[in-house]
Amino acid sequence: MKRRSFVAKSGLGTLATLLGVDIVYKELMPKGYTPLALQETDPFKLFNKDEAMVVLNDKPWNMEAQAHLLNDRVTPNKYMFVRNNGLLPEKIDESSWELKIDGESVVESKTYSLSDLKTKFKHHTYQLTLECGGNGRSEFNPPAKGNQWTIGAVSSAEWTGIRLKDVLADAGIKDDAVYIGYHAADMHLSRNPTKEPISRGVPMSKALQEETLLAFSMNGEAIPLVHGFPLRLICGGWPASTSGKWLNTISIRNKVHDGAKMEGSSYRVPCETVAPGETVADEDMCIIESMPVKSLITYPKSGAIIKEGKSLKINGHAWAGELEINSMEYSIDYGTSWKPASIEKAKNRLAWQHFNATVNFPKKGYYEIWARATDSNENKQPMVLPGWNPKGYLNNACHRIAIKVV
Amino acid sequence: MQEKENKDGIVFKTIFKVMLLIFTGFILIGALAIIFYGPRQTQVELTEVDPELIENGIHVRTGLIEADGLQTVITNCITCHSSKLIIQNRMGEEQWNATIRWMQKTQGLWPLGENQKVIVDYLTTNYPLLEKGRRPPLTDIDWYSLEK
Repeated sequence: MKRRSFVAKSGLGTLATLLGVDIVYKELMPKGYTPLALQETDPFKLFNKDEAMVVLNDKPWNMEAQAHLLNDRVTPNKYMFVRNNGLLPEKIDESSWELKIDGESVVESKTYSLSDLKTKFKHHTYQLTLECGGNGRSEFNPPAKGNQWTIGAVSSAEWTGIRLKDVLADAGIKDDAVYIGYHAADMHLSRNPTKEPISRGVPMSKALQEETLLAFSMNGEAIPLVHGFPLRLICGGWPASTSGKWLNTISIRNKVHDGAKMEGSSYRVPCETVAPGETVADEDMCIIESMPVKSLITYPKSGAIIKEGKSLKINGHAWAGELEINSMEYSIDYGTSWKPASIEKAKNRLAWQHFNATVNFPKKGYYEIWARATDSNENKQPMVLPGWNPKGYLNNACHRIAIKVV
Repeated sequence: MQEKENKDGIVFKTIFKVMLLIFTGFILIGALAIIFYGPRQTQVELTEVDPELIENGIHVRTGLIEADGLQTVITNCITCHSSKLIIQNRMGEEQWNATIRWMQKTQGLWPLGENQKVIVDYLTTNYPLLEKGRRPPLTDIDWYSLEK
């Protein structure tokens, strides 16, 4: 979808929503006057996104990148995908923002202000890969309902914050702790204040990793509103829905967390593989944890025409959840033969890894360059769609670009 | 000499008349512009599109296909989430119904009664399943020359 002007019927109520503040003197506003803030419902301006980003949904907001937009080694905000289950929070006051640690398995419930968190605990910076569980959903057959992401719901920015494990230790973790669950300030689409749009979590082992952060900065600056300002969780390498935004509570649970979008089939795949189109009972669905191995060719953009005899340099990134990339290869004959690409080490655990290769073509014609990554368990990306699942998660099939040699 | 003066006088007056005509013309155009394009004396409203406009078979405000059942879909479905969520998806009757049941069970959607069939018929007619095979081919390729 190209950029369009997002013209919307709006009232002063919507303006208050967008700004997160009351509109003082609204009775004195001249009739027919359009408040400056209301003039912007264009997500590209609202969220500072590049115009080539693709809008999948505008209520709630969901946008993805295209492969060639993700060429940067570290993903900048303008190319970072936007994913929301609900409406953005209405009132954010950094000075009064609080994070509460509670739950059945906390030794003593504690509340921290943002400045408490920033001053009491050591800061850490990691480059961390966030991928939507449903990235690639658009290719499933039969189709799965939900946002039809193609390949652009992935990012690897630098996140700065404090370790979740340090804060949990400060509050105290009981021996029977099993899971953490987050609660946040966003609002359900129905505007029902008792419904949370999303409240997910991870097992204690993930929560206590060194790279699991309570983040307040992204790429050296305050996290943009749409990406979770002023505080979010980052669980690199897991479905990005575990990386809760606008956090106000973390509960230490004595069982698997059961908040919104943890239950049913949300972010779950069949525990045992099923045929395409099968109905699966909720109790036979298992929670997604570490994301599968995947890669993207980010240069050149698909559709390049090159002269016969010229070689083509390609580059991209590869990632594999908790695992690392062992090797990277590409094929120009639909998997008949594969050639190696050189792959760099990750900047830190859970960052994506960069690859490049120089491709030569035997003669004129139409070609596709297919890229395939192998993870540290020696598992490769499939060339066709992997196992079908009712919600269309985890499509990690090889990425390919089209080339013409003339 | 006098004739020349007269000639000059006549030319002068004609220019004067033409200028007056042009000037009046500008005022008239300006007035018309203010009438038709001037600031509206209504409450804050950004909509420039007639909310019920249909163009080329598409209901412009929502982007949905104009067909039987459209109004029922708009009334029941677009209150919470955008029409873009519908337009992105293609499902069969069973899946659309299952989606409605899930929304009723977990997302606050109200009972639809007879409208459910109207809605699902609209969706399966206008947003039906597409056959994709085990891996769809690359489509919509924007060819361009790669200069080194």
